[in-house]
Amino acid sequence: MTTALLIDFGSTFTKLRAVDLEKGEIIGAGQGPSTVASDITGGLTKALSDLEGRIGPLPDFKHRLACSSAAGGLGMVTVGLVKELTAEAAKQAALGAGAKLTGTFSHGLTQGDIAEVEALAPDIILLAGGTDGGNSDVILENAEKLAAASVTCPVIVAGNREAADEAAGLLEAAGKPVTVTENVMPEFGTLNVEPARDAIRQVFIERIVHAKGIDRAEEMFDAVLMPTPAAVLEGARLLSEGLDNAPGLGPLVVIDVGGATTDVHSVATGEPTAEGVIPHGLPEPHLKRTVEGDLGMRINAPAIAEAVGMDTLAEATGLDVDGARKILDEITAAVDSLPETAAQKRFDQALAEAAVGIAVARHAGTVTIVQTVTGPVSMQTGKDLGSVATVIGTGGVLAHGTHPAASLARALADPAKPQSLRPKDPELRLDGDYLLFACGLLAGVEPEAALTLGLAHMHPVGGT
Amino acid sequence: MNADENPKRGDITLVTGVIGADTHIVGNRILSLGLEEAGFKVVSLGALTPADEFVKAAVETAADGIMVSSLYGQGELDCRGFRDLCIEAGLEGILLYIGGNLVVGKQDWDSVEKRYKDMGFDRAFPNGTRVEEVVETLDKDFAAGKKAGT
Repeated sequence: MTTALLIDFGSTFTKLRAVDLEKGEIIGAGQGPSTVASDITGGLTKALSDLEGRIGPLPDFKHRLACSSAAGGLGMVTVGLVKELTAEAAKQAALGAGAKLTGTFSHGLTQGDIAEVEALAPDIILLAGGTDGGNSDVILENAEKLAAASVTCPVIVAGNREAADEAAGLLEAAGKPVTVTENVMPEFGTLNVEPARDAIRQVFIERIVHAKGIDRAEEMFDAVLMPTPAAVLEGARLLSEGLDNAPGLGPLVVIDVGGATTDVHSVATGEPTAEGVIPHGLPEPHLKRTVEGDLGMRINAPAIAEAVGMDTLAEATGLDVDGARKILDEITAAVDSLPETAAQKRFDQALAEAAVGIAVARHAGTVTIVQTVTGPVSMQTGKDLGSVATVIGTGGVLAHGTHPAASLARALADPAKPQSLRPKDPELRLDGDYLLFACGLLAGVEPEAALTLGLAHMHPVGGT
Repeated sequence: MNADENPKRGDITLVTGVIGADTHIVGNRILSLGLEEAGFKVVSLGALTPADEFVKAAVETAADGIMVSSLYGQGELDCRGFRDLCIEAGLEGILLYIGGNLVVGKQDWDSVEKRYKDMGFDRAFPNGTRVEEVVETLDKDFAAGKKAGT
């Protein structure tokens, strides 16, 4: 039996999945605490013995691959020129690389901006600005200001190619580690985020893993390949696209409702599905990840309550507003708590449904009607997810929630809101065994096994 | 004329598009292709382009000129404050052209041209202007030292 061990160094837990590569099946799972703050080997050792307790003596794994969202994840700051153009492209690149965006800046950085960047102390800064042959003043000015700043993190330059070397030189002269890659927007309106995404991942592997102390356990695994959200996105890509000899699921959406944030990933072109609709704005990346920093089951539960209204949550929970508020206060005070009482479980269910609904509505594109002298014209901004065939839920609350199908159903298009271009009739599936990250990690080395594993374990839930 | 005779055109970036809720793309498309053929770098925004998007595209691409088309008679409303938007975005000296059906009905061209020049456009062209004439005017204006503020 050829086997692989996949590791997720999370912020709370170290999670393991052992996989049989010949059959593309899961052998077992193990879990330990996250001990990055002290010594990462502690949590991993505990997780390994947990796994051993479940499946017996551990085999000699062919691959031992890891991803990490521990120690705050991959904190990034992006800088571009125009907010809707290169600044947006830089943001897309960072999100697609699995980063946790802590700051996004556009135009010339002010003293206040620099102070903010210094306070944020990001793991990586992505510096863009100008199309190739376009504006070079602003990226050079920003490079100079970042060079003079007290930040010491690596800087990835992905802006106007005519200015990139000079910008890199300014930063290097100040002792900052610099990587130059292709422009995130080489021509006006052309998105080119893959090279920047690869550069971010490379810097993550070469520097960040060490800086966060994750490589202290390097005897126990082969490599930390990427941040966990990037592994989930890679898993989603493989499941969507499939392989030459094995079809995938087609365009899909993955929703991950966490304690602090809700991530939505889409693998879809997002082109208009209705006739005569004119796309507007930047082209959308085929692989798109959005992070809703204000929607989470614990730390950000009050934000969800504010967005949908306490009375809505109370009604869905079957309590009065005071009763619901009491539960909200309890879970906000104890962010690691799991629901125990029936009312708490119903409240969590209501929170999850609300988070899914809002997060997918923000991720999906919208269509607006513009009145012209020749009649009304429909203009689409963002991705049309109408023809998405599969919606997959992942993460604790969806995997262990009481009604995952009801939560995921909130991702669907609402006939009362035709302007929101959400999936119309997808199959709803659940990553109940938390395997998407494992598929993403395996995709690079054992794609067939990864695809088999993913297809077999994204279980359909409820009716569609 | 072709691009070889005017090597400097290759250093000039022009943003083109149809302003406002105007879907008439054909003339603008012909203009964009003609300008490209003449050797200019063209950033084509197409139909239904709000004024601020012309300006944003010009900032990012360090454009030297913006060529606004308006065919549906609402140009006066759509273009109000266009020069101010450019100045606001740091594009003080950028060359601004407008062309098309700039007003509703038959009106004296001189008065139409004056209205658009008062709005800050360097040149205004009536419907039916040939691409060659636009190219010649561009050459003349850029030779006279008219240069973008970026």
